[in-house]
Amino acid sequence: MTEVLRVEHLSKHFGAIKAVDDVNFSLKQGELLAMIGPNGAGKSTCFNMMMGQLKPTSGAVFLRGENITRLAPRVIWRKGVGRTFQITATYQSMTVVENVQVALMSHNHRIFSFRPYAHKLFRDQALGFLETVGMQDQADRHAAVLAYGDLKRLELAIALCHEPDLLLMDEPTAGMAPKERLALMQLTASIVRDRGISVLFTEHDMDVVFGHAHRIMVLNRGRLIAEGTAAEIRNNTHVQEVYLGGGQLYKKSEEGSINA
Amino acid sequence: MGLFIAQLLTGLANAGALFMVASGLSLIFGVTRIVNFAHGSFYMLGAFVGYSLLQILPGMVGFWVAMLLAAIVVGVIGVVVELLVLRPIYRAPELFQLVATFGVILVIQDLALMIWGAEDMLGPRAPGLKGVIRIMGEPVPTYDIALIVITPFVALALWYLITKTRVGILVRAATQDREMVSALGVNQTWLFTGVFFLGAALAGLGGAIQLPKGGADLMMDFNILASIFVVVVIGGMGSLPGAYLAAVLISVLNVFGVTYIPQSTLVLMFVVMAVVLMIRPYGLFGREEVAGEHGQVGEVERPFKPAGLNARLMVAAFLFVLALVPFYGSTFSMVLITDVVIFCLFAASLHFILGVGGLVSFGHAAFFGGGAYVAALIVTYSETPMEFALMLAPVGAAMAAVIIGWLCIRLTGVYFAMLTMAFAQLLWSLVYQWGAFTGGDDGLVNIWPSDWLNDTTVYYYLTLIVGVGGILLLRHAAHSPFGYGLRAARDSARQAEAMGIHTKRVQWAAFTFAGAMAGVAGGLFVFSKGSIFPSELEIARSFDALIVVFLGGVKTLSGGVVGGAALETVKDFLTRFEYWRMALGLLIIGVVILAPEGIVGSLRKARESFGRINRPEGEV
Repeated sequence: MTEVLRVEHLSKHFGAIKAVDDVNFSLKQGELLAMIGPNGAGKSTCFNMMMGQLKPTSGAVFLRGENITRLAPRVIWRKGVGRTFQITATYQSMTVVENVQVALMSHNHRIFSFRPYAHKLFRDQALGFLETVGMQDQADRHAAVLAYGDLKRLELAIALCHEPDLLLMDEPTAGMAPKERLALMQLTASIVRDRGISVLFTEHDMDVVFGHAHRIMVLNRGRLIAEGTAAEIRNNTHVQEVYLGGGQLYKKSEEGSINA
Repeated sequence: MGLFIAQLLTGLANAGALFMVASGLSLIFGVTRIVNFAHGSFYMLGAFVGYSLLQILPGMVGFWVAMLLAAIVVGVIGVVVELLVLRPIYRAPELFQLVATFGVILVIQDLALMIWGAEDMLGPRAPGLKGVIRIMGEPVPTYDIALIVITPFVALALWYLITKTRVGILVRAATQDREMVSALGVNQTWLFTGVFFLGAALAGLGGAIQLPKGGADLMMDFNILASIFVVVVIGGMGSLPGAYLAAVLISVLNVFGVTYIPQSTLVLMFVVMAVVLMIRPYGLFGREEVAGEHGQVGEVERPFKPAGLNARLMVAAFLFVLALVPFYGSTFSMVLITDVVIFCLFAASLHFILGVGGLVSFGHAAFFGGGAYVAALIVTYSETPMEFALMLAPVGAAMAAVIIGWLCIRLTGVYFAMLTMAFAQLLWSLVYQWGAFTGGDDGLVNIWPSDWLNDTTVYYYLTLIVGVGGILLLRHAAHSPFGYGLRAARDSARQAEAMGIHTKRVQWAAFTFAGAMAGVAGGLFVFSKGSIFPSELEIARSFDALIVVFLGGVKTLSGGVVGGAALETVKDFLTRFEYWRMALGLLIIGVVILAPEGIVGSLRKARESFGRINRPEGEV
């Protein structure tokens, strides 16, 4: 499989604090890679550097071999990277479907167009994306009144609009109920399967991580301390120490119920 | 050398009053987030009240007691304003309160006129400080020296109050996070009132202590307003040392400006501000405003929908009635409607960037007046046909908007507002002081339309077609992909940037477009009046449009037009009375309190609560 994303020696220092320190990893096409770590491990900082919101102190990010370090978020997006935010960002004054339509307008370079009746523009396509995330029945609701879980799904629909081949999801299930979490991750996993895109996500919910990720990275104090499959990470004593302070990371008995 | 030092001292003395007024404004804004346009009025009241007190209180002790008393009286007036006018509308949309403070300006202007009359008052000199001392042969008034000494003490006392006392801690905490402070059990309501007292009292003190230097007159309120905004912005919102430094900088520059480059005194201040903000976008001592993305107060805007058939038919019927006015109406009514349509276009153009774009501009008159002046200057200095000049008005305005927009758009929130105001003032002072070219205060006259248009009825139709066309074009733009991009940038710049939208460029384009449309209004205006004066560029004109947009309803698509039509019509009726300002001011305050969502927004609410149309969402 081809390599989609490669991160080399990525570091971000805030004064003396090394928020992210020499992180290296790569992501293959169609892979669902999880980045986990305790609070303050540097996950979001990593994400923000990959998406261009933060400038790294050193290191580089390559997208399909092309160096995209220090490009503006909107430029990185145009290269086929979608993202969802830890704290949802949607257009509160618009309807659900309009939120998706704006992304489609941008993707089709229509933002500077004065064409009338923009509310009809790309509407059918937008409804299609809403259907993918199971929100077509809420298409004409005001985005400001959506439940938080629905906002997260809306963000996912928005992120799929430009047919990205890489999706960065910063805590996609934060603030959702357990059932919703699994539903959203199952949805994401099915999108990965159907469209062959790659997903990198951070997550605190271990059910979600161990149940769905193909590969897991563990970040602690800005450094990558382990990488491997769910089983490898679970049995990694180093991870158990720094991440959980000893104890079992994930109980075998629960695994069956998740994967079932 | 002697002259140099003497001027430096004069500048330092002038800085005193400026600092006091500006720090009051800064305090009020910091804690309550209210841009208090009436702050200049508190300053004016300080001067008038001080003047009256000095008639009663004799001698040296009497003088200083009168100063303090004036401050307290104005502080109490500030509290009254806060209790009666502002407290009912704290929950209204952000910046809505400035409309109410604008109403307060009008009321105070007429009250002062009633009580003290139209005559300028010469301030009595301070007992014991009437003389001058000579520094290297140059006379410096003793009172100036006294002011130079007193001001740092006032500044120190304020600094102590803010940084060392419990009240000060609360004020600073509220400045940073009001919600948290109230969650911790602090009675915010009275904190606001207290801050209003302090802020108004400082303005009053500033007005009183400058009496021996400048006296009291009815123009003081607007005259100082621009300067104190400039001082607050240069110093950095909420920074006392910054306000002091900026007050000194501006005052000293002003004194030297008068001596060495008298033709540019008005421009100087704004040039300094523009330069400072370009180097330090948040002022000398200011910190970046961390505006929460969802930090909007009040209800979120509703999704826009293109007007339904009923609404379209109603608008068409209304336009039909307007088109028939020349057949049954008087000449006077045609002139009035011409004025109203022009003003509505101006207001609608501001609404486009303010409401749809979320960019609060305090200097939109730059493009209205700018467009008007471009047309007027072209007609005056070249043999250009009027029709062509009218078309160049928006082009000129758009050019100004491209430049001003480029310089302003990287700032946000209140800093953006202030910088736009500064550039509008810059333009105004250029026109005002470059008399040889622009006619200065005398304006440009004899700017009439071509013969075929030079008839009230024909010009009425021209205005109706161009004006209504412009308004429809703005409305159309809000519904276009460009309008969606602009709203996206307003709702969540973070998401918009993450989906490939160059938000600043979209906003810049919108700013330019709105400027051009204001230029169209300006062009129509100048040929309808036959003349143009610098007053069409001044702050008051920008405020007119701002007030109207908020009164109409900033979160509705037709707010600008409805507000414009309402205010212009009412104004025309009220100006027949002697104390029309007070009536208008009270009316504005009344509307603000009764309809905190603006006229259109509140009507919509009322209609919904009667159940005649279904709310889009039952659970809102």
